[in-house]
Amino acid sequence: MRWIWIDRFTEFSSGSHACGVKNVTLGEEVLDEYCPGYPMYPPTLIIEGMAQLGGILVAEHFSFEKHVVLAKVGKSKFHQPARPGDQLCYEVHLDSVQDVGATVVGKSHCEGKLQAEIGLMFAFLEEGRFTDGPLFRPVDLRSMLRAMNFFNVAVDSDRNPISDYPALLAAD
Amino acid sequence: MALAEEDIFAKVQEALVDALGVDDDEVTEDATLVGDLGAESIDFLDIVFKLEKAFDITIPREELSPEDILTNSQYVQDGVVTAEGMAELKRRMPWADLSEFEKNPRVQDFGNLLTVRDLCSYVKSKLG
Repeated sequence: MRWIWIDRFTEFSSGSHACGVKNVTLGEEVLDEYCPGYPMYPPTLIIEGMAQLGGILVAEHFSFEKHVVLAKVGKSKFHQPARPGDQLCYEVHLDSVQDVGATVVGKSHCEGKLQAEIGLMFAFLEEGRFTDGPLFRPVDLRSMLRAMNFFNVAVDSDRNPISDYPALLAAD
Repeated sequence: MALAEEDIFAKVQEALVDALGVDDDEVTEDATLVGDLGAESIDFLDIVFKLEKAFDITIPREELSPEDILTNSQYVQDGVVTAEGMAELKRRMPWADLSEFEKNPRVQDFGNLLTVRDLCSYVKSKLG
């Protein structure tokens, strides 16, 4: 199983916002045990998906040169359960950025209805203190972004398409 | 227009309720951020973000967390802040009430020093 909880980027505007979708299917093991008899997608994985979308939004803001980790889940509200067959449309916006961390605010919609609202805070790991080198192999991160259609939709702040990043082309 | 002290307190209170998941009535002026309100180190970053947004100010990292002083052997000896270190802390944090800490200035106690009142004073100093 891959620890990826968004299926595809649908929009990415550098330094501003990112949108993506998550399709919930009955075939996913995570639906089996969460609420027996009432298959639903665990809200924690909605947070995780939103954190993946938001984490990439923050990391991209720094050209993937900072070690971005989810530090804190802020105020979150879940308005309705996500059921098999639902398509969750996530949208995260960059809220604040500092030299040691950043915050994003996210929303999930299902069939046009607000499904969840989530605030997330990310911290940047200091080189050498908690980590040596990148958290992902650049080649793996790049492959993951390609698999999620990132480069098909990503634009910079001037709305120009983004084709790649030096940090992701670096040799391992 | 300068904010009245009660307006500053109300916004600080709201930021702390949001960041720490505490109730309004727990956020009194005397409450310490760590001991009484349960703030952990990562919460301080969250509090900084919320205060910056609420008051439209910029909070440099070292102003609320003088780690550089508390880890500097010039200012700390055997886990205790020296007189020179205290002077530096007072210079860096004129808005904080350091009188209790000064009686026995052990570095390990510094983390539980800041109160909600100190935070309000800090914001007031930033607003000018």
